Amino acid sequence: MNYEIRLSGSGGQGLILAGIILARAAVIEKRRVTQTQSYGPESRGGFSRADVIISDEEIFFPEATNFNCLLALTQEACDKYLFDLRETGILIIDTTFVKNLALAAENTFELPFTDIAQEKLGSTITTNILSLAFLVKTTGIVKEESLQQSITETVKAAFLDVNLKAMQLGYDLAANYKK
Amino acid sequence: MLKKTTKSTKAPAKESENPKVESKLDELQNKRERKNVLMQGNEAVAYGALDAGVNFFAGYPITPSTEVAEILATELPKRGGVFIQMEDEIASICAIVGASLAGAKSLTATSGPGFSLMQEGIGFAKITETPCVVVNVQRLGPSTGMPTSPAQGDIMQAKWGSHGDSPAIVLYPDSVKESYELTIRAVNLSEKYRTCVILLLDEVLGHMREAVQLPDMANVRVISRIKPTVPPHWYKHYDENQKYLSPLASYGEGYRFHVTGLTHDALGFPTNKSTEAGEMMERLRKKISYNIRDLVQIESHMMEDAKIAIFTAGITSRAAKAAIAMARHEGIKVGLLRPLTIWPFPDDAVRKMLRNVETVIVPELNQGQLIHEVQRLIKEKSDGSLIPIQRVNGQLITPNDILRKIKEVS
Repeated sequence: MNYEIRLSGSGGQGLILAGIILARAAVIEKRRVTQTQSYGPESRGGFSRADVIISDEEIFFPEATNFNCLLALTQEACDKYLFDLRETGILIIDTTFVKNLALAAENTFELPFTDIAQEKLGSTITTNILSLAFLVKTTGIVKEESLQQSITETVKAAFLDVNLKAMQLGYDLAANYKK
Repeated sequence: MLKKTTKSTKAPAKESENPKVESKLDELQNKRERKNVLMQGNEAVAYGALDAGVNFFAGYPITPSTEVAEILATELPKRGGVFIQMEDEIASICAIVGASLAGAKSLTATSGPGFSLMQEGIGFAKITETPCVVVNVQRLGPSTGMPTSPAQGDIMQAKWGSHGDSPAIVLYPDSVKESYELTIRAVNLSEKYRTCVILLLDEVLGHMREAVQLPDMANVRVISRIKPTVPPHWYKHYDENQKYLSPLASYGEGYRFHVTGLTHDALGFPTNKSTEAGEMMERLRKKISYNIRDLVQIESHMMEDAKIAIFTAGITSRAAKAAIAMARHEGIKVGLLRPLTIWPFPDDAVRKMLRNVETVIVPELNQGQLIHEVQRLIKEKSDGSLIPIQRVNGQLITPNDILRKIKEVS
């Protein structure tokens, strides 16, 4: 079965990089994967999303249409995609920006990821890795070690430390999350 | 410079002050290429070009094809090749034609707006029978359209974009792996048939990442142009043998020949004689149409018992395959025909495969291009048996769109 993940928000939040890192983690585990994206012509602001499909069979259609997991970092993204989440799907929202839910999802995880990144890591720039690590721990779609290896292979050496810290924080938040 | 690079494309540049760093880079590169890695469609095109022996790239970067130029800008100089960023796409196509005449295997990559500008140069490459490859990663048009959105609007332009009758070879992959394979095939065919070969990609494919393991170089078949064996004073630039493929000398090798966009004789000089003009035009046509079996590649997916056939190319076929899996699950007999070579159009293969089919669905990201070719072949059937699905809003046709149509007609 395909496991479909959509990471959505606005340009500059690092969602496409997060998608690449997640896809690479799946490759490390020798699974089949496709990663696609959609974004506007601007490099910051505007709309941005990354799709990752992980499967043990051949993946035909490369875009996520019926998500097992949706990460929404902005209100706009949440409003746009919430209705395409499966009934049993996992919704992860950043309450720094997402204030209203148009629909109550069964498995909703809400945390102010952007605020936490600013507070604990000193910069909002790691929000993508923080929320991705939270997603990985919550869904269990890839192993925690695979994600770490993927981050190490993908991120520039100068920024590796802060990203690994963000990853660890994401894992901790997921482990201690209380509904 | 070019002459040197044509001898061996694999010769690493050893002029570097620090050969240790250089070899380390090479080692990393080789590792990266041959392992199972996450790779983008555009990346696959760039590595395909390198493996096919391309040693000259001239281009003007444009979304969604930019990564092809980006990677070749880094990789070509390392391997003794040449990368030039030109002032525009007209200059780019002219540069790759010129480089090819000097012996290089040349390639450029662009998208719709650049592809429009290149049309005159593509016609020049075809009439002068100069091997080169143009990669067009399609985006939504017309004009600058939507740079980051997919469309399949250049299917007809790839065949008819340049003025005059000029038979085209156009390849169209649907996965990252196939982007690599068809890039090599495009270079091979351009060398073999001495013409400009076009590789069409979809925006989504160019930017999409998949796990890919590239084959070892030992398993890559590379074709290079036939060189003349006659002494220079016997050489004819357009000398036809039985298969209408003639040897090609490079400038600087001692062979003298004339290259012009005007209709020309066997030596390359302009002619106004109707007999010579007719001969030249016939050769351009025959070298494609007489070799159609070599040029055509078509994928037949679950067609054995199919009553409904989906005919589509490129990324849209991925939606079709997903829809077929769902429809088959419900017992509907549906299959897919997907041309990997869209021009020359695989008439015979399609006619034969559609013989036992009641309905043909043609999904495409345009307002109707491939469908006319299918219509031409099944015109004897009633109008109701050919169903279009067309979309030009920058979104892909989804498996559900196709499944809905399948259920309507089944």
